[in-house]
This record gives sequence, C-alpha cells and structure tokens, in this order.
Amino acid sequence: MSDIGLIPITGAVPTAMFNPTTFTLANGMRVVVVTNRRAPVVAHYVWYRVGCADSPAGKSGLPHFLEHLMFKGTRRVPPGEFSKIVARNGGNDNAFTSYDYTAYFQMIAKDRLDLVMGLEADRMADLDLSDEHVYPERDVILEERKQRVDNEPQALLAEAIQAAQFLHHPYRLPIIGWLHEIASYTREDAVAFYERWYSPSNAILIAVGDIDAEELAPLAERHYGGLPARPVPERRRVQEPPQYAARRIELADPKVRQPSLVRSYLAPNQRPEDHREAAALEVLFELLGEGATSRLYRSLVVEQGLAAAAGAGYQPWSLDPTAARIYASPRPGVPLERLEPALDAEIAELLDGGVGEDELERCKRRMIAESIYARDSLGGVARILGMALCTGLDLDAVEAWPQRIAAVEKAEVEAAARAVLVPAHSVTGRLLPVEASGDG
Amino acid sequence: MAERGSGPVRVEEVVSPGGVRAYLASERSVPFLSLELSFRAGAVFDPAEKAGLAHLCAGLLDEGAGPYDSQAFQRELEDNAIKLTCEADHDELRIRLKTLTATREHAFELLRLALTEPRFDPEPIERIRGQVLADLRRRESDPGYVAGRAWYARAFDGHGYGRPIRGTPETIARIRREDLVALVAERLAREDLAIGVAGDVGAEELAGLLDRTFAGLPARANRPPVEPVTPALGDTLVLPMPIPQSVVTFGRPGVRPSDPDYHAATIANYVLGGGGFASRLMEEVRERRGLAYSVYTYLADMALAPLWLGGVATSNERVAQSIELVRVEVAKLAREAPSEREIADAKTYLTGSFPLRLSTNDQLARMLLGMMVHGLGRDYLERRNGLVWAVGREDLERVCRRLYAGELLVTVAGRPEGLPG
Repeated sequence: MSDIGLIPITGAVPTAMFNPTTFTLANGMRVVVVTNRRAPVVAHYVWYRVGCADSPAGKSGLPHFLEHLMFKGTRRVPPGEFSKIVARNGGNDNAFTSYDYTAYFQMIAKDRLDLVMGLEADRMADLDLSDEHVYPERDVILEERKQRVDNEPQALLAEAIQAAQFLHHPYRLPIIGWLHEIASYTREDAVAFYERWYSPSNAILIAVGDIDAEELAPLAERHYGGLPARPVPERRRVQEPPQYAARRIELADPKVRQPSLVRSYLAPNQRPEDHREAAALEVLFELLGEGATSRLYRSLVVEQGLAAAAGAGYQPWSLDPTAARIYASPRPGVPLERLEPALDAEIAELLDGGVGEDELERCKRRMIAESIYARDSLGGVARILGMALCTGLDLDAVEAWPQRIAAVEKAEVEAAARAVLVPAHSVTGRLLPVEASGDG
Repeated sequence: MAERGSGPVRVEEVVSPGGVRAYLASERSVPFLSLELSFRAGAVFDPAEKAGLAHLCAGLLDEGAGPYDSQAFQRELEDNAIKLTCEADHDELRIRLKTLTATREHAFELLRLALTEPRFDPEPIERIRGQVLADLRRRESDPGYVAGRAWYARAFDGHGYGRPIRGTPETIARIRREDLVALVAERLAREDLAIGVAGDVGAEELAGLLDRTFAGLPARANRPPVEPVTPALGDTLVLPMPIPQSVVTFGRPGVRPSDPDYHAATIANYVLGGGGFASRLMEEVRERRGLAYSVYTYLADMALAPLWLGGVATSNERVAQSIELVRVEVAKLAREAPSEREIADAKTYLTGSFPLRLSTNDQLARMLLGMMVHGLGRDYLERRNGLVWAVGREDLERVCRRLYAGELLVTVAGRPEGLPG
C-alpha cells in the first residue's frame, strides 16, 4: 500500500455542531443544554457577561480578583468550603476570567448536580466577604501574577504588545491586572463590582452531559429562578481610534536564551450582523499559520530553514474588535534581523499573489472535519457555547460554523488579508537576550 | 446524538490473529476514535553521550515515512484531519492517533509507515534538531523546568533517570541518522507494545487494523539493561535565577500503580497535596497565608523508581516559609495518619470523580493504555473504586510512614532569601 491518494473525508458539510436546547428564566437568566449520555456526568457552567475589559478605572484585573473571592463563602457556606463540598461529592470545580467573561464550573456525577446548582446559585446572590478572607487572597493574586507573568520574559513581552496594540480600548489591560493596581484592591471595590454585575439577568447557565432540557428546567427554576434580577449596565467600552503608527517593542532580558518575534494586528471581531469577514479571517489565519503544511511553517521553517517555529492565530469571538497574531522563533544562529524580513516577504506574497483555490479548499475541508472532535469533551462544548454567548453572538453562530467556513470564498480571504495585514495597525514585538540590546 | 446507558465503561481485550493486544472501549456516539500506545523505548535507554535520542526520534517519526517525504506525510495527516503525535519520557515512547471513522484505514496505514518505514531524511533531522535546541534554550529561562531538571539530576546522579530527556546541546549534536534508525529497529518491538483504543470501532475491525499496523514490528526488543534506583535525598539546592518568585520542586520515593499500597498512597497524597483546595498544603500555604497561587503533589509512575513529587512557587522573600510548611506537613503525616474524616472525604472524591476521568475518547484511551502498561487487568475500571473503598486505617498508617518518614530532596530556582544553600 504505497500509493494512497487523497481520501474524501466526509460528504456533506454538517448543518449543526452540538444541537443545543435553550430557554430563559423569568429573571432573565439564559439556560442552554446539550445532551451527551456517554457517561453519567454533567458539566455545569455559569457564565457572567463581564470580564477584565470591564475593570473599573485604576483597578485593572478586579473581575479576576472577584472570581477568586467567589470561593470565599456565603452565609450558608463557610469560607473555603465551596470546593471542598464539591470534592467530597466527587466533583471537580474551577473558574476562569477573560476580557469579556467570567465563568465558574463543576464537573460532577449527574446525581449530585442538584447540590452544585444550589451552591452556585447561593454565591450568585449572597457572597459574604470579610477582610480576613479578602486580603490574603490579594496576596495570592500577587503570587499568581508573578508566576504567570513577572517570572516569564515572554509573558511580559506579550503584556507590552497587548498594551501597545490597543491605544484606548481596555483590551490593553492585562487580564490579571497591573501589579500596583492589584495591590490597591479593597474589600469595598470587590463588593461594589459584585453588586453591579452578578445578577441572574447577566448570567448564563450551560449544562452539557447526561441531561436534557426537560430534566434541567425544574432544577434551574428551583435554584436560579427565585433570585431577583437587578438591572445590569450595558457593556459600553471606550473604542479604538484609527491607528496610524506601526509600533515596535523590544524586551531584552538576561534570562532570555531563545529569541522570538510576534506580530500583532488589529482585527475585526465576529458580529451578529456580519459573519462573513470573521469566517474569511479564520480561514486566512489557518492557511497562513496552522500546522506543518501552512504557509509560514513551510516557508520559514522547512524551506528556508530560518525558524524553529512559526504560526498564526485568530479568535473572532470577542465583544469588541480584537487582535490577530503571527509568531516565529529563529533556529539557533539565525538573527531576528534575518527572520523578520522573511516573515514580511510571506505576508507580501499573500497580499500580492492571493490564495490558491486548492489551498483554500484543503484548508476549509480540514477545519470542518476537525470540528467533529470538539463534540467529545463535555467541558469543551460548554466553553465554546459560553464564549459565543458572552461575546455578543447567539447559538446559531456556533451551530452554523461549518456552513460559514464552507461558504468562504477566495476573494473574501484576499479582501480580509488586505484589510487586516496593515502595517499601521500592527505591533511588532521582539524578545531578545540582553547582549543583543547593545546596552549590556 | 445517540443515547446510551449510563453504566460503567465496557472494556474488551482484543487480541489480533497475529497476537497484538489492545484494550478497547467501543463508543459509537461520535464518528472518531482515539488510540494511545507505548513502547519501553524512552530516554533511560539512550546512551549517555547521546542523551535526547528518544526525544529527537519521537519528533521525527511523523516527519516522513514510506513513499511520503516530510511535507507529503504531514499533508496526508492534515488533509484527512488525522492527528498523530509522538513523544518520549524517561521510560516510554508514546504515540497518540486520532482519526475520523471515514479515514480510519488510512490513519492506521500512516501509523504503520511511521513505525516501520520512517525515512529520517536529512532536512527534517536538521530541522527537528534545531527545534529541540531552540526549545532547550527557551527552557533555560523557565524556572519550573530548571528546578525540575535539577531535582532529577541530583536524585539520580549516575543513572539514566538523571539525564535530561531532551538531552543537552552537546549530546544532541552527536546524534546521527544511524542512531535513529537503530533505535526504531531495536527498541520498537511487539513484546512490550501496549495499546488503548476508545471510540468508533468494534473488536473485530480493530483486530484487523492491529495486525495490519503492527505485525511488521520485530517480536523482541534489543535494549541496554537498566537497573532500579532509589533517589538521593536530603539536599536543598538553589539554582540562581534573576526572578521575583522562586519555583520549588520537592519529592521522595513513591508507590507504583501495581503496588498493593497504591490506593492507600493515592489517599495519603490527596490529603497532603493532591486534592487542590481539599488538601492540607493548599490550606496552610495558600488559604491561611496567601504564600502561593498553587501548591501541589502527585505520584509519578517511573518504572524503575516510582516517585512522590510536588511543587510550589512563592516570592523570594517568603519562599523559605513555604518550604518549611511543606516539611512540617510531610513530617506530621509521617507521624500520624489522616483523620477518619479526611480519609472518608478522600475516598468519596477519588471514587466519585473516577467517571469524570473517563468521559472523552482521549482520556479513555490513555487510561486503557495505563492499565495495560501497569498490568492492572482488563476489569480494572470495574474493580478500581472497590479497591479505594477497601483501604483501611492501618493501610494508611503504614503507607504514610513509607511515603513520608524521612528526608526530602528540594530544588529551588530563583533568588530565595534565608535558605541554607
């Protein structure tokens, strides 16, 4: 069997991804269910439409601090007990914060779902914060920041690139917050933020696993339905002005042994009224930088031998316009001064020469085929649906994803490339060993 | 989505006509399968002067085989949405394959080619060598890697486990094509091939695939002998790095999964540091004092020296306090087994959460592979929770002494204050 041709992967493009069911409680809380009966387990997620781009002025990262404080107790549940109760019932729990959302989840046996829903509803309405629990947690956040950012030159550079990419929009802030602003958080800051945003009308429940809407509805009604809705402000962030100046950033540090190069471009988010440009950009960044046969890897890593790694990424699910990134890391002995022009030449080639029909079809077909794997993970499904709903989209944006990718045309990809790969909208970040900076 | 009963996962032992064994959990609801396999072919068998050989080889198995050069092979994978990844650790060379049902035959054929006809063309050898070198340089500034590497180097000085899995720039430079060819010919054999499969395939179909894929491998391996080893304990080593937060690795000998004390050890580890917010270390280090974002411990299944390892990261000025708290809690557990309440809580977590670890094809394939590697038997998933429930107080007393009475080996990357170094 030495001569195997290309095998057609699947026939028709799927018309659905996860087949979710959805309804809304009287207090405005949205509920989404995806049934998957393979194990007697449910992924229970509660999302809030608030994230670090909604930090109060001077308190960057406060939404992430609140995420930590949500584990600190209520009048019913003593401080620190939340996760212990979940664990005693054989469950795993955690939470995460991004620019546009904050989410809490438990993976739990189906017969314990009632219990964790009760716990989650309790802390949505009745968080009880006292100084002796708030302030040690602030120290934990400072350690988290050091671990994730301050100890890692690469992460410090990424933070500086993000701050330079957005001149005005709060996406310029680090999700975890600036060090000095973390140190300024008070109990009152946390309480005010909680009261402002943590209303059932601003929350979304997503359950994936051994459950259907008929089973979930009475549980959702019982636990969350009775919580009073409070008005929640509309998320209206300051928006970016036009960008005219390409920015260059360099971080040279004695710890750095392996240099790297990142190019960030301002990029449109997916909007309910216009799915096409975002879909074209998804395809563009996939064929540019995803996998070993992508343009950047093939050219910079394989053919020219200049880079050890090269790739690109774009995530269109964002409440406001976002950033797309290209990166490359040189092979030992290759200076960034040689790598960067080669990367620019690839971008120029794309802009001048366009994309090939065959290249485009292969890329689209692969993206659609691989989406089948996403159905396997309960938590993964909950995350995809929650991200869409917290970034201004609805479930059809998820369900129609394969169809949208299939519909992308060559001219749209080329137009998207011309609209986004604009030097004036870009930041170039270079990570360097300290010797190369010239000032020792 | 097809509905299915909520019972425990059914595991079959599939033995192909040619004698290749796999554990299979057939699951038809999504049209793809995950396979994970391992050979005893890891870094511990690398010659000292060519440390990193298994790791480099793993990086090259999907870089061209049979009629396909590197780009053609990658194109076959990508165009068919087939995921093939290879990696080496101290003991094993592991391969993961994920394929849609529609491309199954082709996926197994590509796997067969990778295992039996890898090309090792000059371009990919130099490219992947460059990637390994770049990765090593990046890791030099990663304090977690530096502390972990120093731990193994000191614990296993003079043994294969003490050498870096990824090698060093010097040893990687010495590896030649003949070394890679020899590794495949000598270490990838059917005698210790273990396979776990989960997803959209039946036993009979799988048996045919197993024969077509693995029958061409040699029956027996030809590996250098390796000896069991005990880690050297007692030191606290500081690896100076100009960073604000020190990163710590600590550890002692552990218990292997086939050991009768394994489930008691799992409970003890959960109570001490394996249980997230439910563990004593998290309570003392993070919750009470805000000294760290995370502190954790785990049992590491090293074939020749099972380990119990942990980590914590704390600002330089306070890290000595975190390490002292770890020592205090370890010593306390060595003197006195966990309370009845702690034991009961650990058991309800460990048994209740077990199905959570078996809810995707990837997780199941990995679990089934582990069952075969460690000789736990086809019916382990059914027996496992009973084994946890059966652990008694006297088992825990014995295991806590075995695990925790004695010294730690501690390595610290950073600029820790007040540490005798």
